[in-house]
Amino acid sequence: MTSLPAIRPEKRLGLAIDLDTCVGCHACATNCKEWNTGGISGPLTDVNAYEAEQQGVWFNRVFTYEVGGEGPNARTVHFPKNCLHCETPACVTVCPTGASYKRSEDGIVLVDHDRCIGCKLCSWACPYGAREYDEVVGVMKKCTLCVDKIYNENLPEEDRVPACVAACPSKARHFGDFADPNSTVSKLTAERGGYDLMPEKGYRPTSKYLPPRPGRRSAAPVSAAGEPGLEGAGRFLKWVDRILSR
Amino acid sequence: MHPAYSVIFFTTASGAGYGLLILAAIFAVGGLLPATGLLGLVLVGLALALIGGGLLSSTFHLGRPERAVNALSQWRTSWLSREGVLAIATFLPAGLFAVGWVFLGKTTGFFGWMGVAAALLAVLTVFSTSMIYASLTTIPQWNLATVPMAYLALGLMSGAVLLAFVTRLFGVHGTAVDVVAIAAILIGWGVKTAYWTAIDGRLPESDLGSATGLGRFGAVRILEQPHTEANFLMHEMGYRVARKHARRLRSLAHVGLFALPLLFVVAGLFAPEVTATAMAAGAVLALVVGLLTERWLFFAEARHDCMIWYGR
Repeated sequence: MTSLPAIRPEKRLGLAIDLDTCVGCHACATNCKEWNTGGISGPLTDVNAYEAEQQGVWFNRVFTYEVGGEGPNARTVHFPKNCLHCETPACVTVCPTGASYKRSEDGIVLVDHDRCIGCKLCSWACPYGAREYDEVVGVMKKCTLCVDKIYNENLPEEDRVPACVAACPSKARHFGDFADPNSTVSKLTAERGGYDLMPEKGYRPTSKYLPPRPGRRSAAPVSAAGEPGLEGAGRFLKWVDRILSR
Repeated sequence: MHPAYSVIFFTTASGAGYGLLILAAIFAVGGLLPATGLLGLVLVGLALALIGGGLLSSTFHLGRPERAVNALSQWRTSWLSREGVLAIATFLPAGLFAVGWVFLGKTTGFFGWMGVAAALLAVLTVFSTSMIYASLTTIPQWNLATVPMAYLALGLMSGAVLLAFVTRLFGVHGTAVDVVAIAAILIGWGVKTAYWTAIDGRLPESDLGSATGLGRFGAVRILEQPHTEANFLMHEMGYRVARKHARRLRSLAHVGLFALPLLFVVAGLFAPEVTATAMAAGAVLALVVGLLTERWLFFAEARHDCMIWYGR
């Protein structure tokens, strides 16, 4: 059913993505593709995979932005983006077939690939670009939050996290229940000022983004030449001063 | 947005078909058209053929058209589903109305009520079609009240121009048809002009800084795309080909869709019958070109919010 759950799901599973530590390695995207092409959404087909104009289904795409223009305050921010499993997702309610649905038990937004007619309207309704059309299978596909992995009792308990989270080498992706105020994701969101993407759209994303921390150079400038007290100091003392100034 | 030919044909053809059905039913029930079988066959037949052809065409843009019947299930939340249900529901009274007119020569009583029901359902169907687009908050050029107004006005306008041509062919033409056609063209022209003015003045609700939440740290620009080749989203939502020609295409729509049909219909009022029929045919031809251009622009000028992430 494309009606949203009548009551707010007891669990609200999602990701907290740390823009401070993401190094833009695309491991999340790659591991996502690897797991999901063999999971319930599989195959994630590619067209022209080994030639020009290749095109394929990916649930996770990593953008890289330059923030703050040029100069000492400029920074590079890697920005992984996948489905945010919104609380009031328009992609679900616009679906004419009932293929799109939001689970009442944990809030995960899924597509029933056996019902989908491939009209693509859900992709039109999503401002985050989270839904992709599989032109070989003729249906829409999307991030499942690895629903076939996180509840999989054949896997050791520590492996029951989404593939993107498991692959991240810089711990920039955290998985958990946002309905539980004591979960890691809830605490991180509270501590770091986690925020919603495009809140003005009103879809209330479950997953949050943790902003980059203030840059070190702009927050605490290291001692420059001519600063009082450092005249005549050698390289070692300047290094000590720099460490202690942090 | 990518202007898919199947969807352009669907919305223009079915819009014209519903417009013709509405006006033919009103004129027939109101006694302004004779209840002769052949006229009924051509008018309702043409309307239902345009509607049916349009609906069939719309299934061509589906990935799995064989499952299209699933789309009738979610009318509680989905405008696309509502449209499907209403489109099919319209065929029942429209079919009975056609039977009465074509085979029994009756457009009053029970069959008259069927005509009225078909006209009402047709209005609701066109409205639902327009709301598929107008309800999307992700596309500022569609999320406007002028979108459903334009779909209704252009549907009625197309129907009126077709009705004027067919009634002239059959020699049953009355001035009332022209009056309705002129009024519909003027309303359509006004609504569409208001729409184009509105989208030209509409600023995007989000930009890269606000979307990423990084604007607080300064200006944000895309440094690296997530992939080297275009993906589905960029093909579907990032269509840019017609935009640079938008001004010229709008002029073509102004002339083909509104100016020429208006000129032909008004001139037809003062021309001898044969010339007037030729002019009515000219109005239909101009309308076809204008309507296809207008609908192409409706898609091509629409910018989807998800392209913001790509810095486009």
